[in-house]
Amino acid sequence: MPATTVTARADQGDSPVRPAGGAPAGARRRTGPLARIPVPLWLLLPAALVLIPLFGYPLYQLGLLSVLKFGQPQASGGVPTEFVGLSNYTDVLGDEQFWTVLGQTLAFAAFCVLTTLAVGATCAVLLTRVGKWPRLMLMFGALGAWAAPAMTGSTVWMFLLDTNSGLVNEVLGTQGHNWMYDKWSAFAMVAVVVVWHSFPFVMITLYAGIQAIPDSVLEAARLDGAGTVTIFRRIMLPMLRPLLVIVVIQSVIWDFKVFTQIYVMTGGGGIAGQNLVLNVYAYQKAFVAENYSLGAAIGVLMTLILLGVTAIYIRSLRRSGEEL
Amino acid sequence: MISKRDNRVLRQGANTVAVVLALLTVFPLYWMVLSALKPKGEITSAHPRPWTFAPTLENFRNALGVSGFGRYFLNSLAVAVVVVVVSAAIAFLAAVALSRFKFRFRTTILIMFLVAQMVPVEALTIPLFFLVRDIGSVAPGFGLSSLGSLMLVNLAFSLPFAVWMLRGFVAAVPESLEEAARIDGASRFTILWRILFPLVAPGLAATSVFSFITAWNDFVFAKTLILDTDHQTLPAALMVFFKPDENDWGGIMAASTLMTVPVLVFFVLVQRHMVSGLGGAVKD
Repeated sequence: MPATTVTARADQGDSPVRPAGGAPAGARRRTGPLARIPVPLWLLLPAALVLIPLFGYPLYQLGLLSVLKFGQPQASGGVPTEFVGLSNYTDVLGDEQFWTVLGQTLAFAAFCVLTTLAVGATCAVLLTRVGKWPRLMLMFGALGAWAAPAMTGSTVWMFLLDTNSGLVNEVLGTQGHNWMYDKWSAFAMVAVVVVWHSFPFVMITLYAGIQAIPDSVLEAARLDGAGTVTIFRRIMLPMLRPLLVIVVIQSVIWDFKVFTQIYVMTGGGGIAGQNLVLNVYAYQKAFVAENYSLGAAIGVLMTLILLGVTAIYIRSLRRSGEEL
Repeated sequence: MISKRDNRVLRQGANTVAVVLALLTVFPLYWMVLSALKPKGEITSAHPRPWTFAPTLENFRNALGVSGFGRYFLNSLAVAVVVVVVSAAIAFLAAVALSRFKFRFRTTILIMFLVAQMVPVEALTIPLFFLVRDIGSVAPGFGLSSLGSLMLVNLAFSLPFAVWMLRGFVAAVPESLEEAARIDGASRFTILWRILFPLVAPGLAATSVFSFITAWNDFVFAKTLILDTDHQTLPAALMVFFKPDENDWGGIMAASTLMTVPVLVFFVLVQRHMVSGLGGAVKD
């Protein structure tokens, strides 16, 4: 890896990773200023043209908004914007509701992640132990849940849980019970939908990982006298570690950012905002309370938290010997 | 030691559990389609039954005709198709750059693509709302309430993952093929288009699913950027069925079915590539 980097740097990175002896013929046929731009930059240009104005710039604007006073009067252009430093942040951090929302976002995400992983991993192991038809059935069922849009997943489960004509109340004999009324009951129902949507990814990824462990390795361990538990702990877990890291981090990121399910199922954050999570909280502050800069500050804080998670992700990718 | 008989019992037990889990997982989807086909009386009944003897298309007719769902369906489809095609083309070029060349800042760019996937895009609705509003005064085709704005925004948010995933597929193509073509005098463009592109096509199909889902499922941008109902897309339009007093569950289930079917079809078509693609994308 260092060796190739050195050679690539030597000729300004214009040649492929492993040049077949010197620069390829015809690579520098054209002259003029355009020909001096390395090929990979040309290939990245379209992506940059989309991402810089539509991703990078809004991200910068989000940061900018968070240090301005920017409400409805400023948005409609009547009043000039005003730099207020970190006062939006002190407002947010001084608001008791923010800490409540942050706490329940973390708790909700943690619960969803753990449940998703438990269900997904159990199903993955189960898949390796069953016959062909049960396996195909579970695979296709999971594929269906995976494919279902967050929106329709939410509507179907809302109907199943409906107070008057829902199947769940009929089966449990609890007609008239409103599952979304109590704060924790509502969170639990949304969590069910989130887990239903996301366990298939964990299941299919881990199942593929288990299948990829060579039989000879397991055979050798068995011949050496290793039991099922030892094989699982000492062989399967370490070999699955890179995949486990990926599914854990992906789940953390998804479940921390749940928006549609909460927004739709609890009607924008539940009774008196009892089911708010950070994402919905920022949205409501911006577009309902029309305090755009406060919403932006919450968005920045959320981004920082997720960047922290990403940093851990990249570090563990590198530690497990992945080449970026 | 586990006897042969115990082993068979264990396996039978595992099979049963798997079948029960499969049925539980698929049940909400079954219930959605079933309810969409039920006549009105059966849906509002206080004692719902998991079958119907009088299937009807009335809910679909209502959704498509009265509530204008046909229009929203076409809007959604237009946005999704444009996003899938453009994102595949752009991601292909970027993936080639990132997996076939070594250059300065390569790792930095890669990490940026990774980080971009973590950004809570819902928070970006705030600056994007004002950006799109300002674009609209110059180019109305991409301003507020235009499908163009949704295409651009969803394109931007599907690209990072598409590039990241496609990189694994490009890296899996042996370089000797390109080398051979180069020796035979093929130009860079010919190598990209005639050799790499067909070989990466299965990966492009798998990547397309995720771009399609990003665009098709997008709720928050459609809700924020589209202010007139004519240009609404399915997820946000579905909300019109929700009424404070009495929800039209038949209509909601019919609309949900219409919205789920295209994704299911897409998934089934490319599921084989998808799993290997995810492996390729994450393991490289």
